[in-house]
Amino acid sequence: MGDENFEPKIVVIACHWCTYQAINLAGTSRFKYPPNVRVIRVMCSGRSDPQFVIEAFRNGADGVLVAGCHPGDCHYVNGNMKTMRRTVLLEKMLEQMGIERGRFRREWISAAEAKKWVDVVTEMVEQIRKLGPLVMRSGGGDG
Amino acid sequence: MPKAKVAFYWCASCGGCEEAQVDLADKLFDLVEAADIVLWPVAMDFKREDVERMPDGSIDVAIINGGIRMSEHEEMVKLLRRKSKLVVAYGSCAHMGGIPALANAYTKESIFKYAYEEAPTVNNPEGRRPEVRASFDGVELELPAFLDYLKPLDEVVEVDYYIPGCPPTPEITWEAISSILSGKLPPKGHVFGSDRALCYECPLNETKPEKISLDTIKRPHQIVLDPNKCYLTQGVLCMGPVTRGGCKALCIKGNMPCTGCFGPVDGVSYQGAKALSFFSSIINIDDENTFRKLVEELGVDPLGWFAKYCLGKGTIYRKKEER
Repeated sequence: MGDENFEPKIVVIACHWCTYQAINLAGTSRFKYPPNVRVIRVMCSGRSDPQFVIEAFRNGADGVLVAGCHPGDCHYVNGNMKTMRRTVLLEKMLEQMGIERGRFRREWISAAEAKKWVDVVTEMVEQIRKLGPLVMRSGGGDG
Repeated sequence: MPKAKVAFYWCASCGGCEEAQVDLADKLFDLVEAADIVLWPVAMDFKREDVERMPDGSIDVAIINGGIRMSEHEEMVKLLRRKSKLVVAYGSCAHMGGIPALANAYTKESIFKYAYEEAPTVNNPEGRRPEVRASFDGVELELPAFLDYLKPLDEVVEVDYYIPGCPPTPEITWEAISSILSGKLPPKGHVFGSDRALCYECPLNETKPEKISLDTIKRPHQIVLDPNKCYLTQGVLCMGPVTRGGCKALCIKGNMPCTGCFGPVDGVSYQGAKALSFFSSIINIDDENTFRKLVEELGVDPLGWFAKYCLGKGTIYRKKEER
C-alpha cells in the first residue's frame, strides 16, 4: 500500500442499453474522467456472470464495476433484477474471500446519466487508490 | 504382460477417500490381479525411501487424494509426479480443494490462534504452536510446515485425470481405474462422471417445473422433505442444477439435497459463482432492501452455501505469488 505510482486497474462490465450509452455520452460531451477503466460491453447487466468478476480479479483487476439500467428500465424486463440479487450475494462472497469492500461495486446508470458515470468512476478510482493494489493478504473471515 | 504399478497417496483429507477405495470390495481383487500396489499408506507399509528408490516414470498411475496443505504434501506429490506416468486427482479435495479449502477464507495466523489457543477444548498454557524444527531429548526433529493456503492438486503438479466426489462412489472409482488400466484413456484433463448436470439423472427431475420461483429458502432441517418431489420446488437449496452428474443422485435418494461435491460441469471455471448466480435467479424478490433483509435473516454464507467444495479452485491467492 501507499505506492505513489499505483494506477488502479478497473474492469467495468456495462450494459449496452444504459450504462454503455452513458459512457458514450460522457465521451461525446467531452467529460473528463480517470483513464483507469477497461469497459466490457454486455447486452444486459444480467449477462455479467459472477464468474467474470472473479476472473477479472484473478487476472489482475484491482476493482470491478458492474453497471446497468435502473430497476424497472431493463430492456429485457428483469435482467437487472437478477444482477441486483447476484451482486448483493457476490459482494458478500468476495468479502469472505478477503477482497475489501469497495473493490467491487454495482451501479445503476441510465443512458442520460453521463455525469453519474463520471462521478462513479472518479470516486471508485480514488477509493481503490487508497486501498492500494489488490494483494491477497488473507481471507476475509477474520472479521 | 507385466502388471501395472499403482500408487495411492493421501494429502490433507478426512479418510473418506480411502474408505471409498476400500469400498471397491471384491473389485479390489480384480485390481490386485491387474496391478501391483506400490504405495498405499492407509493399508500397507511403504516408506518414502521406497518411492525414492523407484526409477522415474516407473509407476503407471498415482492416485492422489486430499488437498495440498503441508510442505510434506507438496514434496510427496512432486516426488510421485516424477515417478509416475499418470497422476489422477481423486476426490473433491484433490480436484477443487474440497472442504479443507474453506480455511482459505482465514489467515494461517488466525487458524493457529484458534486451534492452539482459543478453541474451548484446548489446554495449552505455554501457547505452543507447531514448529518446523524442534529438539526433543537432544534429538533434532524436522516437521512439515503448514502452508499459507490449501491448494488443489493441479496447482502444484500436472494432473492427467480427475475423479470427483466427496468421496467418489465406488462405481465411478472402478470405472476410472479400470479404464485407465485397460489403456482406454480419455483425453487429458478428463473429469470422470457425467458431463451433464445432476438433474438429468435425478429421480425427482420429472417433478421439477419449467420455472422455479421461490420467495424464501429453507434449510433441510427446517422442513420435512417430501422424498418424491424436486427439493428445489419445496424451497430447499439443492445444488443439482450446477453440479456434475455421475453419482446417480445418491444423496437425493437418501433424502438430502445435493451439496455439489462433484464440482461444476465442463466449461464452468468456478462452481461457487455459478451456484450463486443460479440461486439469485430462482429467488423472486425485486426489491433490493427486501432481498438484503432476507439474506441477512437466512444467514446466507455464500462461501459455505455455494462454494463448499470448490473454494480451493476459486481462491484468488495467485495474486500474492504474482506480485
